[in-house]
Amino acid sequence: MNTTQSASDVLDRHFLETRARILEIAAILDRIDRAGGIEGDDRRMQQLYQGIQILLQSDDNRAEQVQRLFSRPYSTNWRQEMGV
Amino acid sequence: MDYIDPHIHMVSRITDDYATLARMGCVAISEPAFWAGFDRGSVDGFRDYFRQLTEVEPRRAAQYGIQHFTWLCINAKEAENVELSREVIAMIPEFLDKPGVLGIGEIGLNKNTKNEATIFVEHMELAIQHEQSILIHTPHLEDKYQGTRMILDMLCDDSRIDRDRVLVDHVEEHTIAEVLDRGFWAGMTLYPISKCTPDRAVDMIQMYGGDRLLVNSAGDWGPSKPTAVPDLIFECRQRGIPEATIRKVVYENPVEFFSQSKNFNFQPRDPQQALVR
Repeated sequence: MNTTQSASDVLDRHFLETRARILEIAAILDRIDRAGGIEGDDRRMQQLYQGIQILLQSDDNRAEQVQRLFSRPYSTNWRQEMGV
Repeated sequence: MDYIDPHIHMVSRITDDYATLARMGCVAISEPAFWAGFDRGSVDGFRDYFRQLTEVEPRRAAQYGIQHFTWLCINAKEAENVELSREVIAMIPEFLDKPGVLGIGEIGLNKNTKNEATIFVEHMELAIQHEQSILIHTPHLEDKYQGTRMILDMLCDDSRIDRDRVLVDHVEEHTIAEVLDRGFWAGMTLYPISKCTPDRAVDMIQMYGGDRLLVNSAGDWGPSKPTAVPDLIFECRQRGIPEATIRKVVYENPVEFFSQSKNFNFQPRDPQQALVR
């Protein structure tokens, strides 16, 4: 769908907002570290780092990929597995 | 711009919210039956709730010029109690001919369990037997993708289901395409933290177009904003989305979907605004 916004318009509009959100993530990770860090393999930390990696990709479906990362897997055989 | 909020739980909101909605351009709402924040203990608890939805809320809304419609069911969270669920499903037909009842909803899954799936199918059967439209709740957060796929499997496996009469709600970036591709209507819920922000919902309107897409606030007793739909309208305008597309999503699409229900006796504020189908 065409709109009147160019890529540069979008960046102008969202630059400070995006900067602020990156800063918030950095501060939260710092806070976790200052509190002693997470011992062992915490799945949530792995997910967060994987999520950050997704942001660095050049695809245009990063939001969908992040959603999938934080989702339980779907099996086509769920009925048999659940006994439904 | 006149708009319709197709999913909002006004039993959980104060009267001032009705006044605010009216001032923001809301002309109609539809209120699905949902979880009250606690598990109800008997079928009579649900009977009283359905009276509230079909008698009390329409009167409260009308004081502010808002037309109120509703959907009935036992929600997915309480569906874990199969015995109670079956009692409620057996009682629902008492209310299906009441003014403003649009169908069965919001049924769906919560934690994607066997019991939830069992009761979902029994609600589907109720809707089929009584020729009712269906409004579907998809699960939260990490359960959404799996649960949405399970729901679509159950719907698509039954050839009696008319996909034109099913709205799959709370879609997000990872579920919207599957819902639309299979021929269902899709709803986007605008929440402050979970589900969609107005910005992300507008992204999806730009990516998928306005066909079969609805947006709602799902305002309830949790963190939510009843005026989220006007926030989306504002964001659309900021991006230069045509007024006709905005109007289609926030007004014409709900009217078109709801018009399939025999109890949708909607009166446009301006008769010139009657939907051209």
